[in-house]
Amino acid sequence: MTLEILGIAVLWLFLFFYVIVGSIDFGAGFFNAYSAFTNKQHILTNIIQRYLSPVWEVTNVFFVFFFVGMIGFFPLTAYYYGTTLLVPASLALILLSIRGSYYAFATYGAKINHRGYIYMYGLSGLLLPASLSPVLAMSEGGFINMVNDSPQLDYWALFTSPLTWSIVVLSLTAVLYISAVFLTWYANKAGDEKATDLLRKYALGWAAPAIITATGIIIELRTHNAEHFARIMDLWWLFGISSLLFLGTVFLIWKRRKYGLAFILLVGQFFTAFFAYGVSHYPYLLYPHLTIYDSFTNESMAISLIIAFVAGLGLLLPSLYLLFRLFLFDKDYVKGKSDYHA
Amino acid sequence: MGFEETAFLSRILTLMTLSFHILYATIGVGVPLMIMIAQWVGIKKKDDHYILMARRWARGFVITVAVGVVTGTIIGLQLSLLWPNFMQVAGNVIALPLFMETFAFFFEAIFLGIYLYTWDRFEDQRKHLLLLIPVALGAAASSVFITIVNAFMNAPQGFEMLNGQLINVQPLLAIFNPAMPTKVAHVVATAFMTCAFLLASIAALRILSGSKHVYHKKALYLMMKLGLVFSIATALIGDFSGKYLAEYQPEKLAAAEWHFETEANAGLVMFGVLNGEEVKYAIRVPYALSILAHGVPSEEVIGINELAENDVPIPPLWIHYLFDTMVTIGMSLAALSFVYVVAAWRGWSFIQAKWFRFLLLLGGPLALVAIEAGWWFTEVGRQPWILRNFMTTQEAATTSGNVDLMIILFGGLYIILGIGTIVVLTRMYRRNPVEQELAQRQVQKGGEQG
Repeated sequence: MTLEILGIAVLWLFLFFYVIVGSIDFGAGFFNAYSAFTNKQHILTNIIQRYLSPVWEVTNVFFVFFFVGMIGFFPLTAYYYGTTLLVPASLALILLSIRGSYYAFATYGAKINHRGYIYMYGLSGLLLPASLSPVLAMSEGGFINMVNDSPQLDYWALFTSPLTWSIVVLSLTAVLYISAVFLTWYANKAGDEKATDLLRKYALGWAAPAIITATGIIIELRTHNAEHFARIMDLWWLFGISSLLFLGTVFLIWKRRKYGLAFILLVGQFFTAFFAYGVSHYPYLLYPHLTIYDSFTNESMAISLIIAFVAGLGLLLPSLYLLFRLFLFDKDYVKGKSDYHA
Repeated sequence: MGFEETAFLSRILTLMTLSFHILYATIGVGVPLMIMIAQWVGIKKKDDHYILMARRWARGFVITVAVGVVTGTIIGLQLSLLWPNFMQVAGNVIALPLFMETFAFFFEAIFLGIYLYTWDRFEDQRKHLLLLIPVALGAAASSVFITIVNAFMNAPQGFEMLNGQLINVQPLLAIFNPAMPTKVAHVVATAFMTCAFLLASIAALRILSGSKHVYHKKALYLMMKLGLVFSIATALIGDFSGKYLAEYQPEKLAAAEWHFETEANAGLVMFGVLNGEEVKYAIRVPYALSILAHGVPSEEVIGINELAENDVPIPPLWIHYLFDTMVTIGMSLAALSFVYVVAAWRGWSFIQAKWFRFLLLLGGPLALVAIEAGWWFTEVGRQPWILRNFMTTQEAATTSGNVDLMIILFGGLYIILGIGTIVVLTRMYRRNPVEQELAQRQVQKGGEQG
């Protein structure tokens, strides 16, 4: 394995974690707002406060880790993506601020639970993936042109492309589906039957749209980026495994059995699909301008980053384990029997 | 939009983001230590007032941290969005501390979550206190790593530039650059100092608004002692920073001091106005500049004119006022805490007077002003460079338009976040004053004088 591949694999793995924990976070906010809208508010609010509040900062670090790591391992991406993403990334930052401030002001602080704020928080959860996911469309090429030696984003092409919109729609359905499956499990663990029933319905409802939009993207790619499409076809069996795992999740949720296993299968489903997509994208970071090889940092920096990464992971994994044991696997905490907030 | 204008607008947006973020970042670095000390004192003295102090501070702290996470994410990404050419070089040479900072923050965020949600979960308070150590360490480490990157911008090393190509990169050499020791020490010490004065300000405010509870006096005394310790540390480090500047960035020192002619026995210029090269209405402290720069009065300090003759770009001369603001506030706070601690020890009663408490109330906000002045000083003082002697700020900026729109967008965001923080914090503490919480928790211990 070359250093380039090791570097991108680590970053892709962290992006995958962000997709999962971020989706749970974004979707929960949306469901919360939706139930406030339909006056079923208290069913979900507790669950969200118990799980999301302690871990949202950790969720956010996965995102920061990804882009800081990207600059570290592939500094040339700063030039291409940094220049072109000013507007979309700034919008994403604003949305992120709405979410962060909701935690700061509404759940930690004086409990400002104004309805408008709940809706804003919920809506930002949908707009955020919608504003981040077009980056994936951009990476497929055709939207960034070199004008006077500097990269420029062609907004018109980007926003009229069916590929962009399929990716945006996929990001939305995936967020809602991932979140609903996780929260079904969490609500069930908390012994909250009402919430479990409601979330189970959401999970089943969003399953079909998620898989349909995912398939749609592959079809879009066929016309947009034939080279990438061909490589995806070479990896058809990975996408096959992913589909089987999807069916497993839906079956378990349908039969109201083993919600924990259902969530694990879901993580497996997204993991295989996400990595199959990543592998088929190789070696390009940005079609056709940038590959992982021509944008890679120097060798001494790469090695020192990897050493730092391994050392950091040694510190991080036990801490993450402790965090999840306390807030995810601790029965009393999940059920709301123990409250030790400062 | 022209390149020059884009670069200027990018500077404005970065200035806005950093000026806003640094307030939260400073609190984020300093307050965990204060919480730790209060909780530790509480355990040692078996005084529940201090334990409650730690608890109440932690409750407010988490709100500032949440906003700090948001603004920190913003500046992290804005660096690449606004200065893509700089980040491309930085990624190659100084990415290691940036990368380590995310780990440090990860560590801090995890344990902060655990610490906050486990109050009273342990029989033994000491176990709970242990959970705070990673928070304080992670917070301090974050500031160390980020300051290293800033130090590198002032004194870049650990690489060579050959025909626009970076060769022979040595990440560790880049980290241990000459600016790093003084800069890191200065940032960490001033964060502790600022937080001590901020928390003291809050206690002073409560006393001034009529609360007679001993809780506030204990908080005030503890924070003034810490404020004194860290302001002495800051003054010592400041002296070393002067020597660093004289050696490695003489143009910054000369501009800050309006020191035009190279000379020995150089005096330190404080305040004043500039009329051409003539300094008017200033206070001159004889020999002080030579001592600051080299430790002895007889040493020569290089002046602006000599540097300009050698084609060294001179930063804008108005940084003199930023420098003065920072140093004056720092010194005044050191004096204030010194007087308070001595008077409290000798039992002098003037520190109980209203006017003195009013000074204590001013301490916290002034410390924040000094933090802002200090960062503006070091950033403007590095101009025209973003990476001294290698890349100008102009060259580093984005070529993309729309920066003006982003200024409006983020400006609005910072105003909302700033107001939100103040409203939420005051509302939270006002709804649950110390007296009420003490009564609820039926704290009986803690009667002894602090």
